[in-house]
Amino acid sequence: MSSIGTGYDLSASTFSPDGRVFQVEYAMKAVENSCTDRRDMMLLRIIQEMTSQEVKNTSEGSGGTCLLQRSKVMAVAGLLADARSLSEVAREEASSFRSNYGHDIPLKHLSDRVAMYVHAYTLYSAVRPFGCSFILGSYDKDDGPQLYMVDPSGISHGYWGCAIGKAKQAAKTEIEKLQMRDMTCRELVKEVAKIIYIVHDEVKDKAFELELSWVGEVTNGRHELVPKDVREEAEKYAKDSLEEEDDSDEDNM
Amino acid sequence: MNKLSPLHDKIYCALSGSAADAQTIAEIVNYQLDVHSTEIGEDPQVRSAATLVRNISYKYKEELSAHLIVAGWDRRDGGQVFATLNGLLTRQPFAIGGSGSSYVYGFVDAEYRRGMSKEECQQFVVNTLSLAMNRDGSSGGVAYIVTIDEQGTEEKVILGNDLPTFVDQ
Repeated sequence: MSSIGTGYDLSASTFSPDGRVFQVEYAMKAVENSCTDRRDMMLLRIIQEMTSQEVKNTSEGSGGTCLLQRSKVMAVAGLLADARSLSEVAREEASSFRSNYGHDIPLKHLSDRVAMYVHAYTLYSAVRPFGCSFILGSYDKDDGPQLYMVDPSGISHGYWGCAIGKAKQAAKTEIEKLQMRDMTCRELVKEVAKIIYIVHDEVKDKAFELELSWVGEVTNGRHELVPKDVREEAEKYAKDSLEEEDDSDEDNM
Repeated sequence: MNKLSPLHDKIYCALSGSAADAQTIAEIVNYQLDVHSTEIGEDPQVRSAATLVRNISYKYKEELSAHLIVAGWDRRDGGQVFATLNGLLTRQPFAIGGSGSSYVYGFVDAEYRRGMSKEECQQFVVNTLSLAMNRDGSSGGVAYIVTIDEQGTEEKVILGNDLPTFVDQ
């Protein structure tokens, strides 16, 4: 449960007596609770390691992803304005690395650099932490698929699959159930769509629009929207499997 | 003078032109690559080293007078050779430079073959150097050879009287 840090939560440069920086924690709550003006945002990315490798990205709402370089994409959750500014930072880093070293920046390094930048804003009282998390994904033929997540506290980790935003806990549980190694791209797209439908709460959340995009061997390393037929197949699969679960619940009664 | 300067464990560069300018560039890039490899957590690509050299050569092209050939081995693309004359950057199967190089353009173009073995490559290099040193008044002395591959880096010196001889010697 959340606790109130009365008095110790006024600036990011203050620790509470039990060693917490409340401003950073509040920033992370901003990610979980944020809405765009019309829709909820939740992002989910899955990485699959296998011969048909890819990184998938599904999001509810618009403006969820942005391209950083040809094969690198960033999906955000949280305050959109903060996210836009950070995506510019990420682009700058990728671009200047390219200019200095003659090749595309390794995703881990980019993730470290952006995380360092985000972390810097958690050190001073004059600025507030960024209220957004993001997932960075890329695919290239030498390094394969990669997935990194950065959160408002400024840490970054590599993942096989992760979720950010609302209902991320539930989504994470679902992702862990997936046997990703044995699945192809198209199967994964369907599973991912199903997860979004599962964690979307009919009562509390507003209606959503599913946006699916992927990058991987299947797209030759370019970030693209999932083609219409694959997407429709995935949505149909997702809706059907939800209905099946409802039916089976009724039978049990 | 040893004109083969290390930029990293598996990346070397060959200096020519003004010794002071060339050595300084090599030292700067050595430092930059050291930092870079620590930041990315793995050995740098040969292309990165060559780009760093090129960026300096191009930016200060009016002030500097040096040509560095960057060559090495990395995990991604294997063995590579880059020329950075005057601030350009191009990957080549082999490269020559310096005052003696003008005398051996014909030789290297005729004798080079793709897919030579390590020993054949070393022989090719030694022959080239020997011919150049013979003709060019500004060249001479010994031949330094550095061989870099997946297993590691090997430095060798061939003294003047051990160099291969051709006609006229």
